[in-house]
Amino acid sequence: MGFSGFRVIKEALTGHKGWGPLWRDPAPRAQYDIVIVGGGGHGLATAYFLAKLYGRHRVAVLEKGWLGGGNIGRNTTIIRSNYLLPGNQPFYELSMQHWERQEQDLNFNSMVSQRGIINLIHSDAQRDSFRRRGNSMMLTGAGARLLDRDELRQMVPFLNYDNARFPIKGGLMQTRAGTARHDGVAWGYARAADQMGVDIIQNCEVTGFRIEGGQVRGVETSRGYIGAGKVGVAVAGSSGRVMAMAGLRLPIESHVLQAFVTEGLKPVIPGVITFGAGHFYISQSDKGGLVFGGDIDGYNSYAQRGNLPVIEDVAEGGMALMPMIGRARLLRSWGGLMDMSMDGSPIIDRTPVEGLYFNGGWCYGGFKATPASGHVFAHLLATDTPHDTATAFRLDRFARGHLIDERGAGAQPNLH
Amino acid sequence: MLIPHPLLGLRDAQEFTYLGDAALLNRPDPAAGEAGFADYVYLRDNPAGVHRELWFHEQGDRSWLVVTRNTLTHEILGAELARDVKLGGTA
Repeated sequence: MGFSGFRVIKEALTGHKGWGPLWRDPAPRAQYDIVIVGGGGHGLATAYFLAKLYGRHRVAVLEKGWLGGGNIGRNTTIIRSNYLLPGNQPFYELSMQHWERQEQDLNFNSMVSQRGIINLIHSDAQRDSFRRRGNSMMLTGAGARLLDRDELRQMVPFLNYDNARFPIKGGLMQTRAGTARHDGVAWGYARAADQMGVDIIQNCEVTGFRIEGGQVRGVETSRGYIGAGKVGVAVAGSSGRVMAMAGLRLPIESHVLQAFVTEGLKPVIPGVITFGAGHFYISQSDKGGLVFGGDIDGYNSYAQRGNLPVIEDVAEGGMALMPMIGRARLLRSWGGLMDMSMDGSPIIDRTPVEGLYFNGGWCYGGFKATPASGHVFAHLLATDTPHDTATAFRLDRFARGHLIDERGAGAQPNLH
Repeated sequence: MLIPHPLLGLRDAQEFTYLGDAALLNRPDPAAGEAGFADYVYLRDNPAGVHRELWFHEQGDRSWLVVTRNTLTHEILGAELARDVKLGGTA
């Protein structure tokens, strides 16, 4: 049954007795055409697009824990398409276009709010570089606005414009960017995929791949063997661990990124503000909490929690940028696992094992990419050819020297 | 995290910068060719569990250490001078 304003009113008047589970809880079948490993945003979106755009319905999504319990529930919910390089920007713009019609497509409230993102500028050189990025964004239709100091001051008067080290000279704005409700994204895709016949199997950990003669035949799981024509792995954060079971080493290190939320406050921050020079970014959730974060901790970790030095660093960045938040009380902090790839860009490609496909290396940009990642991964799984916007995300690009290095930082995962 | 520096005792991890897997000590022979160097530069074991890794004591004695650490718990199990490891002393 669909969601609508009418139905919300009807349920409110009848004691909310008509709501049921949003998806089934099926037992795994013996064989599927396509098995997706990982029931996070990307895995669920992949299953949804496989069924919707490519007519594949004998599809299972295997999740080791509960649906939405991984990185889709551990991010800062920002959506944007403000990249520079031709290998990246068209892909993220595809994602932005999906976000804009997400709720209508899924009939589910993902709370997509296009409140805009501003990257702050502190020097003439940085303005030049941001103007170039803005031009690159406009080439893909993403839109960009270069704000001078006065315009910026009218929008966000509370910033510390005269910081001695990083005086604020303006900003690059993407008005179409914003935030979305992270859980709602996972639930919306799960419900829509389930309605088209996809089996979503929770508490089902993949413990190995069955590979015969270089061809994948299925996966061993904690709920028994499941045969598969093709297997797509979308487990960013744990990619190294999972792909090692297929005998592959990846150009990826797993790192921890922390994020923070304060108590609920009245509306004060209009959109997303990023302070790259001070390793700090912030937005305000619909509940009023200030949601912010900074850099990764910088060492390999699978712990899903970080350490205090980075918390201090992020808090200092926040105080340098907007001293008014000094009185806000921190409610929670959490850490998510990041697939930090060697060039800071993702990988969506076939692997040396026939029938095994890989989607990972999202660094800390995975949430905004969720719809497009599902779309292009479904395209790859269904057609065996990369989607037009994802031709650069090759697994072998490192050995071939065709890196997509937005930061120009080289093979240093903890610097991306 | 506190790193047990072999010469200086327990030091705060904030004094160090991190490089990555200690396998980076084993630079391949020039004859290994492009494939060998692509493996060395880009591919990682990235284990969940015990990991041997390079830390540089940048704000200390500027020595390189090989730290053994559990990536699931952040527990530090030991530290050696990278020089000793490289020269085969305790590798």
